[in-house]
Amino acid sequence: MIEFFLGHYAYWFVLILLVIGLYGMIIKHNLVKKVIGLSIFQVAIILFFIASSTKWEATVPVLANHHEKIQAAAYINPLPHTLMLTAIVVGVATSGVSFALLILTYRRYKTLNETELLKRMSEEDAE
Amino acid sequence: MLSNSPALPPLIYLLTGIFIPLAAWKWKKLSFWLALGATSAATFFSFFNLSQALSQGSVSYRFGGWIPPIGIEYVLDPLSGFVTSVINFIAFVVIIYAYRSVAQEIREFRWTPFYALVMLFLSGANGIIMTGDFFNLYVFLEIGSLSLYGLIALGDKKSPVAAFRYLIMGTVGGGFYLLGVGFTYLVTGSLNMGDVHHILFNLSPSPPLIVAMTLMLIGLGIKMAVFPLHGWLPDAYTHAPSAVSAIMAPIGTKIGAYAIARIFFFIFGVKLITQVIPAAQVLSWLSAIGIVYGSIMAMAQNEIKRMLAYSSIAQVGYIGLGLGLVSPYGFIGALLHILNHGLMKACLFLVAGNFRLKLGHSRIDRLDDSLRQSMPWSSAAFTVAALAMIGVPPTVGFFSKWYLALGTIETKNWLFLAVILISSLLNAVYFFRVIERMYFPSQKLTKASKNSFNEPKMGKREVSFSLLLPTLILALALVVVGFLNTWIVKTILMKALPAGL
Repeated sequence: MIEFFLGHYAYWFVLILLVIGLYGMIIKHNLVKKVIGLSIFQVAIILFFIASSTKWEATVPVLANHHEKIQAAAYINPLPHTLMLTAIVVGVATSGVSFALLILTYRRYKTLNETELLKRMSEEDAE
Repeated sequence: MLSNSPALPPLIYLLTGIFIPLAAWKWKKLSFWLALGATSAATFFSFFNLSQALSQGSVSYRFGGWIPPIGIEYVLDPLSGFVTSVINFIAFVVIIYAYRSVAQEIREFRWTPFYALVMLFLSGANGIIMTGDFFNLYVFLEIGSLSLYGLIALGDKKSPVAAFRYLIMGTVGGGFYLLGVGFTYLVTGSLNMGDVHHILFNLSPSPPLIVAMTLMLIGLGIKMAVFPLHGWLPDAYTHAPSAVSAIMAPIGTKIGAYAIARIFFFIFGVKLITQVIPAAQVLSWLSAIGIVYGSIMAMAQNEIKRMLAYSSIAQVGYIGLGLGLVSPYGFIGALLHILNHGLMKACLFLVAGNFRLKLGHSRIDRLDDSLRQSMPWSSAAFTVAALAMIGVPPTVGFFSKWYLALGTIETKNWLFLAVILISSLLNAVYFFRVIERMYFPSQKLTKASKNSFNEPKMGKREVSFSLLLPTLILALALVVVGFLNTWIVKTILMKALPAGL
């Protein structure tokens, strides 16, 4: 049992980060904090992929001498790392778009608090 | 050139999306013509692709010549050819509409970004449909979604809030999908869809695989707006500009539906999604609840665009229900409904846009029977599309519901049959509410306006030709496709069925 928890500690860490991110998005009223939650959520996914590719006693996947027979076990799997480069770019773009939307929202409603924002929007409907 | 045609639709859109801001630096009007050219070229190539796929069977296109499990593969088969043809045709028609509607609804310095973002969105949509690689699908999903957030925020005052809500939910959906891809990769060691399918064939189902399927179903379900995950949809559709609503209602949710059909039926296979985990059953039950919920909520709305948004949740439910039945008729009905609902919703949103442009609002309680005289063509198009939504025989809506109903009978799901029939009734209730206001004089007004009955009201003429043409093309297509449905089902959809149904 303890083996199971300790052996997968990286994945438990990822799980905790995922939950923190979801908590931020669902519970927090400040819209900027929701974006922070979103970023934590995305970082957790990135760490999940990176954690899945690590190996003990393996090295960077660069062939020193390509005449040798390739031993896959001696190298870290490079594919998740390259995938996560793309995912990082997507995450940056998402944060950029979300902050642009928040700037527009703030200019129009002068608040970034969700409850306050909803109140002002419904007041506007009533008028 | 033609041997590269499977890769062309997404690439044309991607390059035009990059090129439009550069070209519009000097000539502002050019952005529309570039967008129109790109959509017509992409429509041409996707119809060409469809005919290729029908005559020669599925084609695997290798990017850069890399062999599939290592390189990225595009798969052209009858299913992907059919869905790209549908969405590119609708996009082409809506882009014609956008010319004038964007000029009136959106401020001038945002015209160029609008067309560039539409191109990027369509690039993402076409990429999702053509790709045969799990991670490539994620990247296209995010390209499409990110440009969609920007497009929604071009709308009225509340649109940035609606877009932000969609951004949070959509990114979580994309994240869940990516986690699912990660688990699939851990199990199979491959990201190529065909390769994963072959590897899974020899593997016994393991917990990580079940987690992967669950995460993917949730993630793509958010994109598709299946019932409990639909929260972003009504606000986004209501507050977006008319042209954006008309382009994302037919395309946005259908892509999620297509991705679910592709990944769950063709890659994971029927056995995994029915016997190992009840993914298909869950999808069909949630969709059935969504149909009833969407229809009832649509009846409560007083704004045409919001009513259409809730109706979209119900209509996406039909697609999900058809997929979840896991029967040939259900699958055909779902695919046919992708086409039908695309045409119907695009037409209805264009009419709602016409009302907004001419009357300045699209509230149902402020419509009256003068519309019948002042905007006869828009009203007629609305009526045809509304009849199609209800499912009156010569129009398209009847046939997809017919196949879905046959699917429920085939699998003996009597409750779902009842849901389909009752929801048609509910559709009739909320669409006749609008049609009644458009065509019948209300009691109060008849006495007061009897004298001025024959005088058309000033300043309320029919919208200009370039707005009317796309609306009428779509309304006509509803009837034409209705007559062609047997041909479409026999020549295209029968070949698009997954193995093991």
